Amino acid sequence: MTDTRPIPTFDDEPASAGRKLCIICSKGSLDMAYPGLILANAALGEGIETHLFFTFWGFEIINKKTMAKLQFSPVGNPASHMPTAVSGLPGMQSMATRMMKAQIEALDVPAVPEFLDMIKDAGGHLWACRMSADMMKLTQDDLYERIDGVIGATEFIEISAGAQTLFV
Amino acid sequence: MLVTIAGRQVHVNDEGFLTEFDEWDEAIAAELAADIGLTLTPEHLEVVRFVRGDYRAHGTTPTLRRVTTAGGFATKRLFELFPKKPAKKMSYVAGVPKPIGCV
Repeated sequence: MTDTRPIPTFDDEPASAGRKLCIICSKGSLDMAYPGLILANAALGEGIETHLFFTFWGFEIINKKTMAKLQFSPVGNPASHMPTAVSGLPGMQSMATRMMKAQIEALDVPAVPEFLDMIKDAGGHLWACRMSADMMKLTQDDLYERIDGVIGATEFIEISAGAQTLFV
Repeated sequence: MLVTIAGRQVHVNDEGFLTEFDEWDEAIAAELAADIGLTLTPEHLEVVRFVRGDYRAHGTTPTLRRVTTAGGFATKRLFELFPKKPAKKMSYVAGVPKPIGCV
């Protein structure tokens, strides 16, 4: 009897063959760091070539001094459902940050530095924006050590040729 | 649907994933691995056993992240053992559903 059972074609699905994803990370708050990192990690787990480009405030995510200390601010964020007059009180930002970090950890989602390690281990590429580095007077030594390089906008455009690009 | 794998009748879904946890054994795992171009080694089996144990304990397929943190397997190595789509491939060989977690 011929066996006609279905077999998944994990590598050859047209949707993923040659697919490439670039994510521009431009924000430096805790809540805005995660969307890019989570999507990058998910794409890598699907065998998709993935590049993250850190620019402007996104440098907070790869700056050795700040990467483990990103903050969440409820100020000016209607989705935090906190009265505006209260959200700006001293101590509110650190309390909100502490709460968000605890929730992230409870889901077994890694903190930012470990998340970057995971993305690199999964074969992801991390690029730092040259202009941002110059503005902030940072060199590659100030950045997360597994960065692929500090590149200009033109180089990023070259790298992202044919990719789906997200701006976060 | 009912199909024959490693000489045994087992249930699979439309994609070919086993649907009955207890119908799995290592001979079936070897054939499932061969389906997707993998030669099952003791190291693969160690990962697969963790995935099955975790599924049995928690009722959900562990994500890649969980296989590294709770199972103690390195991310890099998992990508070498189950190239490109490790989480899906290890769940296919382990006879459990695809993981649904985000991280």
